[in-house]
Amino acid sequence: MPTLAIPELSLVALVGVSGSGKSTFAARHFAPTQVLSSDFFRGLVADDENDQSASADAFAALYQVAALRLRAGRLTVVDATHLHREDRARLVAAAREQDVLPVAVVFDLPPSVARERNAGHRALPDQVLRRQQDALRRSVRGLGREGFRKVHVLSSVDDVAAARVEWEKAYNDRRELTGPFDVIGDVHGCLIELRALLTRLGYVVSDDGAYHPGGRTAVFVGDLVDRGPATPGVLRLVMGMVEAGTALCVAGNHEAKLVQALDGRKVRIAHGRAESLAQLAAEPAEFRARAREFMYGLISHYRLDGGRLVVAHAGLKEQYQGRSSGRVRAFCLYGDTTGETDEYGLPVRLPWAQDYRGAAAVVYGHTTTTEAEWVNNTICLDTGCVFGGELTALRWPERELVSVPAEREYYAPVRPLAPLVPQRPPGLLRLDDVLGARTVETRLLGHLKVPEENAAGALEVMSRFAVDPRWLVYLPPTMAPPQTSTVDGMLEHPAEAFTSYRSAGVAKVVCEEKHMGSRAVAVVCRTPDAARTRFAVDDGTAGALYTRTGRPFFDEATTASLLDRVRRAAEPLWSDLDTDWLALDLELLPWSAKAGALLRDQYAPVGAAARTVLPQVNEVLAATAKRLGPGVVDDLAARQSRRLHNAQVYTRAYGRYCWPVDGLDGIALAPFAVLAGAGGAYAGQDRDWHHRVLDTLVAADPELFRPTRRLSVDVTDETSVAAGIDWWTELTATGGEGMVVKPFEGLARGKRGLVQPGVKCRGPEYLRIIYGPDYPDHLDRLRQRSLGRKRSLALREYALGLEALDRFVDGEPLWRVHEPVFAVLALESEAVDPRL
Amino acid sequence: MLVTLSTTHRPASDLGFLLHKHPDRVQCFDVAAGVAHVMYPEADQSRCTAALVLEVDPVELVRSARGTAGEGFSLGQYVNDRPYAASSLLAVTLGKVFATAMKGRCDARPELAATAIPLEIRVPVLPCPGGPDLVRRLFAPLGWAVIATPVELDPAFPEWGVSRYVDLRLAGTLRLAEALSQLYVLLPVLDDAKHYWVSGDEVDKLIRAGGAWLPGHPERELITARYLAHQRGYAAEALARLDALDDRPGEPDEREPDGHDSADRRVPTLAQARRAAILAELASAGATRVVDLGCGEGNLLRELVADRSFTEIVGVDVAARVLRAANRRLRLDELPDQRRVRLLQGSVTYADDRLAGFDAVVLSEVVEHVDPPRLGALAAAVFGTAAPTAVIVTTPNAEYNACWESLPAGRFRHPDHRFEWTRAEFAAWSDGVGAEFGYRVRRVPVGPVDERVGAPTQLAVFTRGA
Repeated sequence: MPTLAIPELSLVALVGVSGSGKSTFAARHFAPTQVLSSDFFRGLVADDENDQSASADAFAALYQVAALRLRAGRLTVVDATHLHREDRARLVAAAREQDVLPVAVVFDLPPSVARERNAGHRALPDQVLRRQQDALRRSVRGLGREGFRKVHVLSSVDDVAAARVEWEKAYNDRRELTGPFDVIGDVHGCLIELRALLTRLGYVVSDDGAYHPGGRTAVFVGDLVDRGPATPGVLRLVMGMVEAGTALCVAGNHEAKLVQALDGRKVRIAHGRAESLAQLAAEPAEFRARAREFMYGLISHYRLDGGRLVVAHAGLKEQYQGRSSGRVRAFCLYGDTTGETDEYGLPVRLPWAQDYRGAAAVVYGHTTTTEAEWVNNTICLDTGCVFGGELTALRWPERELVSVPAEREYYAPVRPLAPLVPQRPPGLLRLDDVLGARTVETRLLGHLKVPEENAAGALEVMSRFAVDPRWLVYLPPTMAPPQTSTVDGMLEHPAEAFTSYRSAGVAKVVCEEKHMGSRAVAVVCRTPDAARTRFAVDDGTAGALYTRTGRPFFDEATTASLLDRVRRAAEPLWSDLDTDWLALDLELLPWSAKAGALLRDQYAPVGAAARTVLPQVNEVLAATAKRLGPGVVDDLAARQSRRLHNAQVYTRAYGRYCWPVDGLDGIALAPFAVLAGAGGAYAGQDRDWHHRVLDTLVAADPELFRPTRRLSVDVTDETSVAAGIDWWTELTATGGEGMVVKPFEGLARGKRGLVQPGVKCRGPEYLRIIYGPDYPDHLDRLRQRSLGRKRSLALREYALGLEALDRFVDGEPLWRVHEPVFAVLALESEAVDPRL
Repeated sequence: MLVTLSTTHRPASDLGFLLHKHPDRVQCFDVAAGVAHVMYPEADQSRCTAALVLEVDPVELVRSARGTAGEGFSLGQYVNDRPYAASSLLAVTLGKVFATAMKGRCDARPELAATAIPLEIRVPVLPCPGGPDLVRRLFAPLGWAVIATPVELDPAFPEWGVSRYVDLRLAGTLRLAEALSQLYVLLPVLDDAKHYWVSGDEVDKLIRAGGAWLPGHPERELITARYLAHQRGYAAEALARLDALDDRPGEPDEREPDGHDSADRRVPTLAQARRAAILAELASAGATRVVDLGCGEGNLLRELVADRSFTEIVGVDVAARVLRAANRRLRLDELPDQRRVRLLQGSVTYADDRLAGFDAVVLSEVVEHVDPPRLGALAAAVFGTAAPTAVIVTTPNAEYNACWESLPAGRFRHPDHRFEWTRAEFAAWSDGVGAEFGYRVRRVPVGPVDERVGAPTQLAVFTRGA
């Protein structure tokens, strides 16, 4: 019974004359969607499966689909005759293009079989069939040379009927291994350091092997050999571990070249190869042979731990992970090279890690650096042990680095040791990180969609006006008002807010005074050094202050001196919270500081126009009434007088939030949330915790920081609710904007999932600024406002903002932090009633 | 909002005949914006005043999308001065309530309608962003004595100064119909924020109302352009028709707004000189596949498209609406080869694979719109990712600003400029970027070179392979 071994990811060509049973075979062994048949595609493009003139178009479409399937990692079978070299060459090229293995299954049946079947269904002229059979005979032997990595020939009807497909896993696919692992950087013959490192990692080490009592597995990133003093010793130890199953090892470029040298092929004896050859010459021939076989058999990369970890010597871009081809192997061994060399004669390498966006962590070596650092979920562990640096290991999944220093410099570096000089700033974002219709995965609300047109709008604001994205670790969400009130004369009232939390199952809430200014986010580092290590900002700035759309509030100098004061006030917090940076959500006062232009162009003119024209109207009405007698214009006059009153109280309403500012004099900050610090995002801390921390700032600099008055309310207790309403009434009667009701337990989940993180209850006088001076006269119509979109938007933006903070404190790459931040901005451009 | 109209022509109460509104009645009219009331606070033989009070319904105003903001969701729609200030809403109401009077028809007093009579007009709150001076320029040539008093913004904040409103009093001897038609046209012109969309028949309205006095008005171009809400096509059409009324040949419409160099009045303009310099550099670099990064509405693209030696042209801008405008202006949809010119939304601070592998990338007057901390990202995206054979960068030479008298010292040429470099600063930046990414740099002055301060524009050509 013939067994056909077929790699799980491959492009399979069925080769055989018409009527040799290819389609029947395909239908039996593969899913219908895996099989792309030329007949079917001829039908698609020409409405006739037998229209040979449509073949060119049919194959163009077929290979388009094949490429898309292979790119997505799906096995694909092409059902066509494949009798001509050029047809097969096209298939081999398509496989290589996607770095998968081409496989041929040949139906080399006796001519009579096809002749009989053909008479039945397609009725090809005899000479056509004969030509096909000739072509097949000529093809069969050369298939291996044409690039097919596996060729299976079925030579009888019985073979075809009995054949069984056996799926072959790729060599690099070890996803079933979950470790835990210790990935070890380039050893280069440094046996002493390797033993020390393994011992430090908890391995029990002998000359020809090592094991971890806790069952951990070592993974070597390659370049075990060359340059160092003890290449054979290192090989003996690692070979022993790999054979015993306590280690895995991928191929390094030095192993590949050393094998060639051992095989007597012409290789430049440089880069420390002479040392290895001399050391190996002193070993017995059997050892040399074993080492040669070991190195020869090393594969280019491994996918481990369910696909979360990829180990390759020089790194590996996402597109190549799990693939097999010459160029994948070359990338694994040598990296993304341009073919050019630098001033030291070393190959110029492209910064593939800068563009890396893959979900799998890539751990590699090859490029010597002074410090192992994560870049976009990739890390290079080659810390130059043989050059007198360190030998470094990464504990996985713990992501801890463990190093031992080199005893000495064994080999002079060609190029001075330096940090991996990024050829681009670490903050380089890619357009496809943000543009187009995107879905952002959040911890709180799962996948959130960002519509394409919203992203397009946000791109302009983000590019032209926002602060450096490295500082932009958060944008604040919008906040929804409560259900519209039915209380006489009120559009918003806290009773509705309390009710909504009660019905969501949240009992304990906190009412917080709402400061009327401009929403701001402050990111402040204790030192410029902290800015460099935490935010990768190295221009000496140590913080940022930006608006809800990411724009800077002030010029650089003003920002710096304001942040200085924040930094000084935060002094006790650095140790209390064990952090060297903090992000704060706050309101910057007065409103007129940032909204000066808006006030002068929009708000004040409305009052000025009303206060000027309405007395004139009243005079006209009074004179008219005097001429024509009372009653004629009374209603109109009453309405105009009320509007004049409305205009006057409106003018007072915005005036409360304005006062002159000179530089920073007069500027006040009212912080209401500690967003994050080195210890993590603080969204889960209760409101008391936040107030305690923020009170420290107020106490330290009461002139800059405004306290936030607050009151706890139990929404299940009528007395408590009444007290909350009274508090709000008093607050708004004395000119306050209103209050925000928040769940006491910061991040609260209710009966229907995540609840609103806050609900704003704005005072009736304040609302004149929002709805216009005369809004109380139109309450009936204004009450028909619809809150659904606003509430949904508030929750989505909240989830995205917290996602950004979580990703940032988890040390995720910038593009991952930027993605949800950008999404908040994009969602803010959604058309929602701005008065809500 | 309010407008009053008085006469001292005896008998003054004949004003009621001219306006077709009885002085002893208060009349109400439903108009689109709300309710208009016409009444006479005084009406005797020596003096008669008619008042038009328009009660605007602000909620309805928003519902019918007639706020100042016009489009989109902004608070401006909800808190605005439309109920109080004399704007186009008042003009429309005048046109409706006094339609017959405005035509100059009065069957009861036909000779009076045809006679210039002493008139006084008061508009207590007239929006006029141009200030009292503009009011005088518009009304004085028509024979009015003008008193325009600015209205204070907010007595609680004297530092805010005066508002954009004036309290307007006009006195003059004119036909009533003429006076009304002038208000009808000039109220929206002064306000400069028309509340409804300009359509083709607006041209007809303007010609009807202004036909008698507009052709001879010294500010007729401003009046026409503003009345037609800056729609150049309509404005040109209207000017041509006005020229015809005035028995003059039409003037070609040649002006091209070029915000950057508004201080520059030379011919050819600096913008033209810059484009010529860029085209010359592209030609000498042998570039045929070109990206215009930051293409705006397509002034450079237009010239690239016209030159058949460019086989592939990509315009990139960060603003989708600007790209739509470019697409319209260049009529790209009508080009026979749709693949030759493409417009893409993109950003200079994000790496963009779509721009990789071109012969040249042009950054014309773009870098100065990028905040200095983002310049590293710009360089990485352009020189690192797009990495064309040549990059051409132009930017203002800050030193040259001293040569423009209209540009106050220390001010940038454009409000959005984040910086303007001296020649030394530009040289330092371009040399640094060239060294970092392996480009040879050559700098060229563009525009007239001043011995002391150099040329107004500096241009650098980066060529890969130093």
